[in-house]
Amino acid sequence: MYEFVSGPLVWVAFIIFIGGSLYRIYNMLSKSKKENVVFPHMSLKHSLASLVHWVIPFNNQYMRKRPIFTIISFAFHICLIIAPIFLLAHVILWDESWNMSWWTIPEAVTDWMTIIVIIGCIFYLHRRLTDPVVKNVTDGSDYLLLAITALPFITGFIAYHQLFAYKTILIIHILAGEIMLIAIPFTRLSHMLFFVFTRAYFGSEQGHVKNSKDW
Amino acid sequence: MKPTIVKREPVVDEALDQCEARLTEEQIEKVVNEVIDKETGGRLWTYVNTCIHCGLCAEACHWFLSNDRDVSYAPVTKVKDTIWVLLEKKGKVDGAFIKRCSEIAHTECNLCRRCGMYCPFGIDIAYMLLVVRRICAKLGMVPLYLQDTVHSHAATMNQMWVKPDEWIDTLQWQEEEGQGFVPSARLPLEKEGADIMYSVIGPEPKFLAQLLGNITVIMKVAGLDWTMPATAGWDNSNMAMYSGDFEIMARVERLHHETAQRLKVKRIVMGECGHAFRGAEYDGPTWMGWMKPPIPIVHAISFYYDLIKSGKIKIAKKAKGPITVQDPCNVVRNGGLGDKLRYIMNAVCEDFVDVTPNNRYNYCCNAGGGVINVGPPWKKKRVQGNRIKAEQFKRTGAHTIVTPCHNCHSGIEDIVDFYKLGMHVKFFSDILIEAMEIPEHLKPKEE
Repeated sequence: MYEFVSGPLVWVAFIIFIGGSLYRIYNMLSKSKKENVVFPHMSLKHSLASLVHWVIPFNNQYMRKRPIFTIISFAFHICLIIAPIFLLAHVILWDESWNMSWWTIPEAVTDWMTIIVIIGCIFYLHRRLTDPVVKNVTDGSDYLLLAITALPFITGFIAYHQLFAYKTILIIHILAGEIMLIAIPFTRLSHMLFFVFTRAYFGSEQGHVKNSKDW
Repeated sequence: MKPTIVKREPVVDEALDQCEARLTEEQIEKVVNEVIDKETGGRLWTYVNTCIHCGLCAEACHWFLSNDRDVSYAPVTKVKDTIWVLLEKKGKVDGAFIKRCSEIAHTECNLCRRCGMYCPFGIDIAYMLLVVRRICAKLGMVPLYLQDTVHSHAATMNQMWVKPDEWIDTLQWQEEEGQGFVPSARLPLEKEGADIMYSVIGPEPKFLAQLLGNITVIMKVAGLDWTMPATAGWDNSNMAMYSGDFEIMARVERLHHETAQRLKVKRIVMGECGHAFRGAEYDGPTWMGWMKPPIPIVHAISFYYDLIKSGKIKIAKKAKGPITVQDPCNVVRNGGLGDKLRYIMNAVCEDFVDVTPNNRYNYCCNAGGGVINVGPPWKKKRVQGNRIKAEQFKRTGAHTIVTPCHNCHSGIEDIVDFYKLGMHVKFFSDILIEAMEIPEHLKPKEE
């Protein structure tokens, strides 16, 4: 079982993740071409300006108005992306299979990053259950996406600390990671791929076409 | 997903009720899919697939904030209750649903685009509600009074059923009014090759004619070469853009631009109106595939800014007392004229008090986006839906609010009245005409 999930299934997951992402982006671009406004309105300068104001914390008015949400969201997303890529155990796996490696973050730090991701998921879950606006637009798929995101980190945390049933937890952890990779292009987790484009377009429309700003 | 709990006082709008009775589910399905397949593309698809349902947009909306944070007014809810369902069910919905779509898109959203600015992904929620309006319009589901203005556009090419002789008559009357200030002032009609074509919205000749007198004086004092058309094409307003009838919108915009081309002017200067700027500068040209207006459009705020900054108009006596301003969404948040507006306000007011939030963060007047044009049946909801605007003005302690936009002007007059703010609502040109210096040689000679 371990051999299967850590061998062929990894291939499948990565192929679907990369292929699926490319397909979805291609799909978005070709649909956008159908609209006469999208490409003529794009401007590199205003796209970058918009991104700079929205990927740096507290760099726009709304983020300053909601400091707690901003801090948790940024911490969550940064840890979510950085921790798995620079985790020692993951890099060792890459090294063993492909003989390639890069620098890693100390395990104590990635451990805390994992906890931050889990806290972020709890925070989002709490918002979904209590904030009336969010609750009203939440359905099963939103909880499922949250679970898909949380599971690799929860199981990773348990596996790292070898709390119980190490082998089983490790298999679940790998599976969960693979499910998340596969889910990214085909669910609303695709905001990971699309937010750069939606930001760039809105920034361009506000800046380039309407002489205003979007932050 | 559970349905939203919606509590509203019942409103009778004959057009919506009759349309609901008439529509068949086949018609609805056909039109919904037609619009989605043929008229939308990457934007709608990406927005719907990217939205993570976080609800951060709610904080942006004056409807939501004014109605004690009623969830049914949050921007994301408006999307959930309309376009998400239309997409999910592939248009298989009934007439009652389309009626609710129209109520949401035509009467509870001003397309002010503040929520777009509050979405971390920059999802343009107003665009999605404009798509909903488009679907409603193609099905004939448009509030009665709004549809009447669209009929007027279609039949007369102006918004207010102004007849051709009434138009010319009003201009000549206002030319005389202007001559009361400056006897040599003229309102030149049909002057081919003038520098500027001045265009206004239908309500100016209909019931705000003094604005035409004002501009006659201002143009003379500034020494500009200008003209106005004596034919249809003088009206730059466009309610068809807001009902969702883009075919008529395009006819109106095309005629407006072609009239300027016929008169061979170098630029079009438009009166103080926000949506007209949006239609002439953006929505019209993009729908027609021109992308940009063939002749540059200058909004009144930019125009007065240039006149005051260059010294063509000098200020003799500034208006007294605290005066505040309304930033019209379509020229400030979506037009970038906020700083110029502040420059001209400071130039003509002794004590200009700014609003908070201001400039591109300002709250919409709740009249724009065609929402005031849906008429009396919806007025109560509209005025109650902008309590925060009243509170915002109250905090300034001003005696006058300057609104460089017709929709803002009418909407804020209603708010001032309803919340008993006791403030005056004026156009910028009303303040300017009192404040500016009329050179000695232009003044009326004393008998």
